[in-house]
Amino acid sequence: MTGVAELRLDGNAVGGIMLELFGIELTVCPCVCAGCGAHEELARLDVYRGAGIVVRCCHCEAVMIRIVEAGERTWLDLSGTASLQLGPQ
Amino acid sequence: MRETVAETPRVKTLGLEVPGWSGHRAGQHLDVRLTAEDGYQAQRSYSIASAPGDGLALTVERLDDGEVSPYLVDEAAKGDELEVRGPIGGYFVWDGDEPEPVLLVAGGSGVVPLMAMARHRARIGSETPMRLVYSSRTWDDVIYRDELEALGLDVVHTLTREQPPGWTGYARRIDRELLAEVAWPAGERPRVYVCGSTRFVDTAADSLLELGYDASWIRTERFGATG
Repeated sequence: MTGVAELRLDGNAVGGIMLELFGIELTVCPCVCAGCGAHEELARLDVYRGAGIVVRCCHCEAVMIRIVEAGERTWLDLSGTASLQLGPQ
Repeated sequence: MRETVAETPRVKTLGLEVPGWSGHRAGQHLDVRLTAEDGYQAQRSYSIASAPGDGLALTVERLDDGEVSPYLVDEAAKGDELEVRGPIGGYFVWDGDEPEPVLLVAGGSGVVPLMAMARHRARIGSETPMRLVYSSRTWDDVIYRDELEALGLDVVHTLTREQPPGWTGYARRIDRELLAEVAWPAGERPRVYVCGSTRFVDTAADSLLELGYDASWIRTERFGATG
Protein backbone atom coordinates (compact mmCIF):
# COMPACT_ATOMS: atom_id res chain seq x y z
CA MET A 1 0.00 0.00 0.00
CA THR A 2 1.41 3.33 -0.98
CA GLY A 3 0.51 6.22 1.31
CA VAL A 4 -0.18 9.73 0.06
CA ALA A 5 3.10 10.93 1.57
CA GLU A 6 5.04 8.58 -0.69
CA LEU A 7 3.34 10.02 -3.77
CA ARG A 8 4.69 13.45 -2.94
CA LEU A 9 7.17 14.69 -5.50
CA ASP A 10 8.73 18.14 -5.73
CA GLY A 11 8.65 21.05 -8.12
CA ASN A 12 11.39 19.57 -10.30
CA ALA A 13 8.65 17.27 -11.59
CA VAL A 14 6.68 20.16 -13.13
CA GLY A 15 9.69 21.84 -14.74
CA GLY A 16 8.82 20.36 -18.13
CA ILE A 17 5.18 21.44 -18.27
CA MET A 18 6.06 24.90 -16.91
CA LEU A 19 8.79 25.24 -19.52
CA GLU A 20 6.21 24.46 -22.17
CA LEU A 21 3.58 26.87 -20.74
CA PHE A 22 5.87 29.80 -19.90
CA GLY A 23 8.74 29.23 -22.33
CA ILE A 24 11.33 29.64 -19.58
CA GLU A 25 12.93 27.55 -16.85
CA LEU A 26 10.77 28.05 -13.75
CA THR A 27 12.06 25.60 -11.12
CA VAL A 28 14.35 28.28 -9.65
CA CYS A 29 11.64 30.96 -9.60
CA PRO A 30 10.52 32.16 -6.17
CA CYS A 31 6.79 31.55 -5.66
CA VAL A 32 4.77 33.21 -2.92
CA CYS A 33 2.01 31.19 -1.26
CA ALA A 34 -1.30 33.06 -1.16
CA GLY A 35 -2.18 31.12 1.99
CA CYS A 36 0.77 31.67 4.33
CA GLY A 37 2.98 34.09 2.40
CA ALA A 38 6.02 31.79 2.33
CA HIS A 39 8.55 32.36 -0.46
CA GLU A 40 10.03 29.20 -1.97
CA GLU A 41 11.59 28.20 -5.24
CA LEU A 42 9.20 26.13 -7.31
CA ALA A 43 11.56 23.13 -7.04
CA ARG A 44 11.04 23.07 -3.25
CA LEU A 45 7.24 22.93 -3.38
CA ASP A 46 5.28 19.68 -2.97
CA VAL A 47 3.84 18.11 -6.11
CA TYR A 48 1.15 15.46 -6.43
CA ARG A 49 0.26 13.91 -9.77
CA GLY A 50 -3.02 12.24 -10.56
CA ALA A 51 -5.46 13.04 -13.33
CA GLY A 52 -3.95 16.49 -13.03
CA ILE A 53 -1.06 18.10 -11.19
CA VAL A 54 -1.41 19.80 -7.81
CA VAL A 55 1.40 21.92 -6.38
CA ARG A 56 1.15 22.60 -2.65
CA CYS A 57 3.02 24.93 -0.34
CA CYS A 58 5.74 22.98 1.50
CA HIS A 59 5.02 25.00 4.66
CA CYS A 60 1.21 25.20 5.00
CA GLU A 61 0.16 22.61 2.38
CA ALA A 62 -2.24 25.05 0.70
CA VAL A 63 -2.86 24.39 -3.00
CA MET A 64 -0.79 26.90 -4.96
CA ILE A 65 -1.00 25.65 -8.55
CA ARG A 66 -3.30 23.26 -10.39
CA ILE A 67 -2.65 22.03 -13.91
CA VAL A 68 -4.91 19.84 -16.01
CA GLU A 69 -3.93 18.73 -19.49
CA ALA A 70 -6.48 17.26 -21.87
CA GLY A 71 -5.52 16.78 -25.47
CA GLU A 72 -4.18 20.05 -26.79
CA ARG A 73 -5.79 22.12 -24.02
CA THR A 74 -4.24 22.98 -20.67
CA TRP A 75 -5.95 24.56 -17.66
CA LEU A 76 -3.64 26.44 -15.29
CA ASP A 77 -5.03 27.64 -11.95
CA LEU A 78 -2.66 29.95 -10.08
CA SER A 79 -5.20 31.32 -7.60
CA GLY A 80 -3.22 29.92 -4.67
CA THR A 81 -0.04 31.71 -5.77
CA ALA A 82 0.29 35.36 -4.73
CA SER A 83 3.20 35.93 -7.11
CA LEU A 84 5.77 34.25 -9.31
CA GLN A 85 9.09 36.02 -9.77
CA LEU A 86 10.31 35.58 -13.33
CA GLY A 87 13.64 36.51 -14.90
CA PRO A 88 17.23 35.96 -13.74
CA GLN A 89 17.40 34.77 -10.13
CA MET B 1 18.57 6.82 -30.45
CA ARG B 2 22.27 6.46 -31.15
CA GLU B 3 23.14 3.58 -28.81
CA THR B 4 22.03 1.61 -25.76
CA VAL B 5 24.24 0.30 -22.97
CA ALA B 6 23.10 -2.25 -20.37
CA GLU B 7 24.20 -1.03 -16.93
CA THR B 8 22.53 -3.66 -14.74
CA PRO B 9 19.85 -6.28 -15.53
CA ARG B 10 17.15 -3.64 -14.90
CA VAL B 11 18.90 -0.47 -16.01
CA LYS B 12 19.92 0.77 -19.42
CA THR B 13 21.62 3.90 -20.71
CA LEU B 14 20.16 5.39 -23.88
CA GLY B 15 22.42 7.61 -25.95
CA LEU B 16 20.35 10.16 -27.87
CA GLU B 17 21.04 12.41 -30.82
CA VAL B 18 18.64 15.37 -30.72
CA PRO B 19 18.52 17.73 -33.72
CA GLY B 20 19.15 21.31 -32.61
CA TRP B 21 20.13 20.26 -29.08
CA SER B 22 21.39 23.31 -27.20
CA GLY B 23 23.35 21.44 -24.51
CA HIS B 24 22.53 20.78 -20.87
CA ARG B 25 23.72 21.31 -17.28
CA ALA B 26 24.71 18.53 -14.89
CA GLY B 27 21.63 17.45 -12.93
CA GLN B 28 18.96 18.36 -15.49
CA HIS B 29 16.33 15.97 -16.82
CA LEU B 30 14.29 15.32 -19.95
CA ASP B 31 10.64 14.46 -20.43
CA VAL B 32 10.10 11.49 -22.75
CA ARG B 33 6.68 11.02 -24.35
CA LEU B 34 5.50 7.81 -25.98
CA THR B 35 2.41 7.67 -28.18
CA ALA B 36 0.63 4.36 -28.82
CA GLU B 37 -0.98 3.52 -32.15
CA ASP B 38 -4.41 4.40 -30.72
CA GLY B 39 -3.15 7.85 -29.71
CA TYR B 40 -2.76 7.11 -25.99
CA GLN B 41 0.18 9.06 -24.62
CA ALA B 42 2.36 8.50 -21.59
CA GLN B 43 5.12 10.81 -20.41
CA ARG B 44 7.86 10.40 -17.81
CA SER B 45 10.90 12.37 -16.68
CA TYR B 46 14.39 10.85 -16.87
CA SER B 47 17.62 12.34 -15.63
CA ILE B 48 20.46 13.09 -17.98
CA ALA B 49 23.45 10.90 -17.09
CA SER B 50 26.11 12.43 -19.32
CA ALA B 51 28.34 15.39 -18.56
CA PRO B 52 27.61 18.64 -20.36
CA GLY B 53 29.43 18.70 -23.69
CA ASP B 54 29.69 14.94 -23.75
CA GLY B 55 26.69 13.97 -25.83
CA LEU B 56 23.25 13.28 -24.42
CA ALA B 57 22.48 10.09 -22.52
CA LEU B 58 19.63 9.07 -20.22
CA THR B 59 19.84 6.17 -17.79
CA VAL B 60 16.49 4.43 -17.24
CA GLU B 61 15.47 1.85 -14.64
CA ARG B 62 12.74 -0.60 -15.61
CA LEU B 63 9.78 -0.51 -13.23
CA ASP B 64 7.86 -3.70 -13.96
CA ASP B 65 4.37 -2.18 -13.87
CA GLY B 66 5.43 1.02 -15.60
CA GLU B 67 4.05 2.35 -18.87
CA VAL B 68 7.21 3.88 -20.31
CA SER B 69 10.31 2.38 -18.69
CA PRO B 70 9.71 -1.28 -19.77
CA TYR B 71 9.58 -0.11 -23.38
CA LEU B 72 12.69 2.06 -23.04
CA VAL B 73 14.72 -0.65 -21.28
CA ASP B 74 13.52 -3.81 -23.06
CA GLU B 75 12.47 -2.77 -26.55
CA ALA B 76 13.85 0.58 -27.67
CA ALA B 77 16.83 0.14 -29.97
CA LYS B 78 19.39 2.09 -31.92
CA GLY B 79 17.72 4.13 -34.65
CA ASP B 80 14.34 4.41 -32.89
CA GLU B 81 12.86 7.88 -32.52
CA LEU B 82 11.62 9.34 -29.23
CA GLU B 83 9.70 12.52 -28.49
CA VAL B 84 11.58 14.50 -25.84
CA ARG B 85 11.20 17.86 -24.07
CA GLY B 86 14.06 19.62 -22.32
CA PRO B 87 16.58 20.11 -20.93
CA ILE B 88 14.61 20.85 -17.77
CA GLY B 89 15.67 22.24 -14.42
CA GLY B 90 17.82 25.04 -13.04
CA TYR B 91 17.58 24.13 -9.36
CA PHE B 92 18.98 20.61 -9.09
CA VAL B 93 22.14 21.44 -11.04
CA TRP B 94 25.85 21.70 -10.27
CA ASP B 95 27.95 23.76 -12.67
CA GLY B 96 31.29 23.19 -10.95
CA ASP B 97 32.03 26.87 -10.29
CA GLU B 98 31.58 26.86 -6.50
CA PRO B 99 34.49 26.04 -4.15
CA GLU B 100 32.46 24.30 -1.43
CA PRO B 101 32.80 20.51 -1.12
CA VAL B 102 29.96 18.56 -2.65
CA LEU B 103 28.02 15.73 -1.03
CA LEU B 104 25.95 13.55 -3.34
CA VAL B 105 23.41 11.20 -1.76
CA ALA B 106 21.83 8.62 -4.06
CA GLY B 107 19.13 6.04 -3.57
CA GLY B 108 19.09 3.47 -6.38
CA SER B 109 18.61 5.09 -9.78
CA GLY B 110 18.71 8.45 -8.02
CA VAL B 111 22.41 8.21 -8.81
CA VAL B 112 21.80 9.21 -12.43
CA PRO B 113 21.75 13.03 -12.19
CA LEU B 114 24.52 12.83 -9.58
CA MET B 115 26.61 10.82 -12.05
CA ALA B 116 26.27 13.70 -14.51
CA MET B 117 27.76 15.95 -11.80
CA ALA B 118 30.60 13.50 -11.06
CA ARG B 119 31.38 13.15 -14.77
CA HIS B 120 31.25 16.94 -15.18
CA ARG B 121 33.72 17.37 -12.32
CA ALA B 122 36.14 14.91 -13.93
CA ARG B 123 35.66 16.40 -17.40
CA ILE B 124 36.47 19.98 -16.37
CA GLY B 125 39.37 18.86 -14.15
CA SER B 126 37.75 20.33 -11.04
CA GLU B 127 39.50 19.71 -7.72
CA THR B 128 36.41 20.47 -5.67
CA PRO B 129 36.09 17.65 -3.13
CA MET B 130 33.13 15.47 -4.03
CA ARG B 131 31.77 12.50 -2.11
CA LEU B 132 28.98 10.16 -3.14
CA VAL B 133 26.97 8.16 -0.61
CA TYR B 134 25.14 5.57 -2.65
CA SER B 135 22.48 3.16 -1.41
CA SER B 136 21.71 0.10 -3.56
CA ARG B 137 19.87 -3.12 -2.86
CA THR B 138 22.68 -5.47 -3.92
CA TRP B 139 26.17 -5.17 -5.44
CA ASP B 140 24.73 -6.18 -8.82
CA ASP B 141 22.24 -3.30 -8.65
CA VAL B 142 25.00 -0.69 -8.40
CA ILE B 143 24.77 1.43 -11.54
CA TYR B 144 28.07 2.72 -13.06
CA ARG B 145 29.99 0.53 -10.60
CA ASP B 146 33.30 0.39 -12.46
CA GLU B 147 33.26 3.94 -13.78
CA LEU B 148 32.64 5.34 -10.30
CA GLU B 149 35.93 3.86 -9.18
CA ALA B 150 37.74 5.65 -11.99
CA LEU B 151 36.23 9.12 -11.62
CA GLY B 152 38.35 10.21 -8.68
CA LEU B 153 35.62 11.04 -6.18
CA ASP B 154 35.05 9.38 -2.80
CA VAL B 155 32.35 6.73 -3.04
CA VAL B 156 30.69 5.20 0.01
CA HIS B 157 28.39 2.30 -0.84
CA THR B 158 25.70 0.82 1.33
CA LEU B 159 23.95 -2.39 0.28
CA THR B 160 20.56 -2.71 1.90
CA ARG B 161 19.27 -6.13 0.85
CA GLU B 162 22.17 -8.46 0.16
CA GLN B 163 25.92 -8.13 0.48
CA PRO B 164 28.65 -10.11 -1.31
CA PRO B 165 30.81 -12.47 0.78
CA GLY B 166 33.40 -10.56 2.75
CA TRP B 167 31.58 -7.22 2.40
CA THR B 168 32.95 -4.74 4.92
CA GLY B 169 30.95 -1.70 3.88
CA TYR B 170 27.63 -0.43 5.14
CA ALA B 171 24.70 -2.84 4.94
CA ARG B 172 21.68 -0.78 5.93
CA ARG B 173 19.49 2.05 4.72
CA ILE B 174 20.94 5.52 4.96
CA ASP B 175 20.21 7.09 8.34
CA ARG B 176 21.50 9.89 10.51
CA GLU B 177 24.27 7.81 12.11
CA LEU B 178 25.57 6.70 8.72
CA LEU B 179 25.56 10.25 7.37
CA ALA B 180 27.23 11.51 10.56
CA GLU B 181 30.14 9.17 9.77
CA VAL B 182 30.57 9.96 6.08
CA ALA B 183 29.17 13.43 5.36
CA TRP B 184 31.41 16.52 5.26
CA PRO B 185 31.39 18.39 8.58
CA ALA B 186 28.76 21.15 8.63
CA GLY B 187 31.54 23.68 9.20
CA GLU B 188 32.65 23.22 5.59
CA ARG B 189 29.24 24.44 4.38
CA PRO B 190 28.97 21.69 1.77
CA ARG B 191 26.66 21.75 -1.22
CA VAL B 192 24.35 18.74 -1.08
CA TYR B 193 22.35 16.98 -3.78
CA VAL B 194 19.99 14.19 -2.72
CA CYS B 195 18.09 12.11 -5.27
CA GLY B 196 15.96 9.00 -4.83
CA SER B 197 12.47 7.94 -3.80
CA THR B 198 10.39 10.34 -1.70
CA ARG B 199 11.00 8.37 1.49
CA PHE B 200 14.75 8.12 0.82
CA VAL B 201 15.08 11.85 0.11
CA ASP B 202 13.07 12.85 3.17
CA THR B 203 15.15 10.63 5.46
CA ALA B 204 18.46 11.86 4.08
CA ALA B 205 17.51 15.54 4.07
CA ASP B 206 16.02 15.43 7.58
CA SER B 207 19.13 13.64 8.88
CA LEU B 208 21.43 16.26 7.39
CA LEU B 209 19.40 19.06 8.98
CA GLU B 210 19.78 17.27 12.33
CA LEU B 211 23.54 17.17 11.73
CA GLY B 212 23.60 20.95 11.48
CA TYR B 213 23.36 21.42 7.74
CA ASP B 214 21.47 24.49 6.60
CA ALA B 215 18.37 23.86 4.48
CA SER B 216 19.70 26.24 1.83
CA TRP B 217 22.70 23.94 1.20
CA ILE B 218 20.50 20.94 0.42
CA ARG B 219 18.90 20.43 -2.96
CA THR B 220 16.62 17.47 -3.47
CA GLU B 221 14.90 15.69 -6.32
CA ARG B 222 12.28 13.00 -5.70
CA PHE B 223 11.56 10.14 -8.06
CA GLY B 224 8.00 9.01 -8.62
CA ALA B 225 6.85 5.45 -8.15
CA THR B 226 5.43 5.26 -11.68
CA GLY B 227 7.72 4.34 -14.53
